[in-house]
Amino acid sequence: MNPTLPRRCARFVLPVRRAAVVLTAMLLVGCASTPANPDDPLEGFNRAMFAFNEGVDTAVLRPAARAYETVTPGLVRTGVGNVFGNLGDVWIGANNLLQGKVGDGMSDLMRFMVNSTIGLLGLLDVASEMGLQKNDEDFGQTLAVWGVGEGPYLVLPIFGPRTLRDAAAIPVDRFGDPVANIDHSRTRYTATGLRVVHGRARLLSVERTFEDSTLDKYTFMRDSYLQQRRYKVHDGEVPFEYDDYDFFDDGFDEQASLLPARTGVEVLVDSALAQLELNRAEGAAPGRTASNIYFTMGNER
Amino acid sequence: MKYWMSILAALALTAVAPASLADEAAPDELIRVLSEQVLEIVRNDTRLQEGEVDSAIERIEAVVVPHFNFRRMTMLAVGRDWRQASQEQQRRLMDSFYGMLVRTYSNALTEYKDHTIDFRPLRMSPDDSTVRVQTAVRQPGAQAVSVDYMLERTEEGWKVFDIVVAGVSLVTNYRSAFAQEIRNGGIDGLIQALEARGGEGMRFPGHES
Repeated sequence: MNPTLPRRCARFVLPVRRAAVVLTAMLLVGCASTPANPDDPLEGFNRAMFAFNEGVDTAVLRPAARAYETVTPGLVRTGVGNVFGNLGDVWIGANNLLQGKVGDGMSDLMRFMVNSTIGLLGLLDVASEMGLQKNDEDFGQTLAVWGVGEGPYLVLPIFGPRTLRDAAAIPVDRFGDPVANIDHSRTRYTATGLRVVHGRARLLSVERTFEDSTLDKYTFMRDSYLQQRRYKVHDGEVPFEYDDYDFFDDGFDEQASLLPARTGVEVLVDSALAQLELNRAEGAAPGRTASNIYFTMGNER
Repeated sequence: MKYWMSILAALALTAVAPASLADEAAPDELIRVLSEQVLEIVRNDTRLQEGEVDSAIERIEAVVVPHFNFRRMTMLAVGRDWRQASQEQQRRLMDSFYGMLVRTYSNALTEYKDHTIDFRPLRMSPDDSTVRVQTAVRQPGAQAVSVDYMLERTEEGWKVFDIVVAGVSLVTNYRSAFAQEIRNGGIDGLIQALEARGGEGMRFPGHES
């Protein structure tokens, strides 16, 4: 008897029913051979957490979101979304101010004042109609603007995808979150629960779209999250770089441009390289930028 | 003589101008016209309202496909391994990727019905060969989603080669998943995986013969 590795894994899984989700997740780490991605050095751990979150989602969140979507009329859901959105605008404004974007910050505070009064305690988003556009900021983005690098990709239990930097920002964002600071505990739990279910319900239609078309849901989520995060940090002003694979240019690592944004460190390295004229000295191909070197170093580790 | 020359020149200019304008339509104008036509189909196609998507897809294809560089989109999604693929494989990659995209987004067609699109002012200089047209898609009761179109200048006018939805690039977002499939089963493995998700026999209608 010489059981193969997958069979051995299966034997562990079968008899365990309690906490099966967690265990399967842990075993997956051992069974799956996961190739390295420079953005995701903790892929093994992350995949386990992802599987755990998927389990929680299937068991609790998705059914709750479906029920919520069935029970509430669209108008009510719009109102719920507006109220939570309005409560968030103060902290969004604070972060815009912390990032030095005074105009945006003032606009966010104006939004809060307009919607809390004319908008009937936030039920109606009058401010958007007035042309005060809703922004999307949090403390993780503020840290990024202050020059903190994003760190490795991380999937947290329950919270879901983050970068290390954004995970570190969670306590600060909770400090600035009016819902998390409600004194009356039952109200706080109810409001938090409603917000989570509402947020999940908004993803239902996206999920329907991508249900059977994704090749690997984990990879899809990771790459989407990282791209979207970088886009938000730069408020949409990300320099997009595309490569041409129709021509032969050797010594070029496509991982470098997998994600369009470049971190502050890379820009610094770039300028340092330019000063040293390293590029010219080596006679390197024009595609060889700091991001290449940066990621190549990550690969070799 | 000079007089006649200038009249001839003027005539030639007026004769040429409309045609070249049509070819060289500004990128944001192109996107505006395309999205208006697509929204018009989504809103008014009677068979689509009854849940039958095929005819609407055919009509949308006819509008959209000539203005996309789908070869480059597939190439960007596949990444470096594109060079290893034979011509036949490249063709099948385009077909199966196209099939998967159509299958994915045709489920959601009717959800775009009450969307409206705002255009942000275009920033480009006349000699740019790549340009980004930034739009915001609004739907009632939800936050606007930014949708950016990446276009490149070609001899046949501007062509879209990527769509970036809320910061997520349609083409590069597939790259690591594609690379994973190629590592496991080669180019043919990726083609099979795509065909399994898009239905076999789907063909990209815009192949250069």
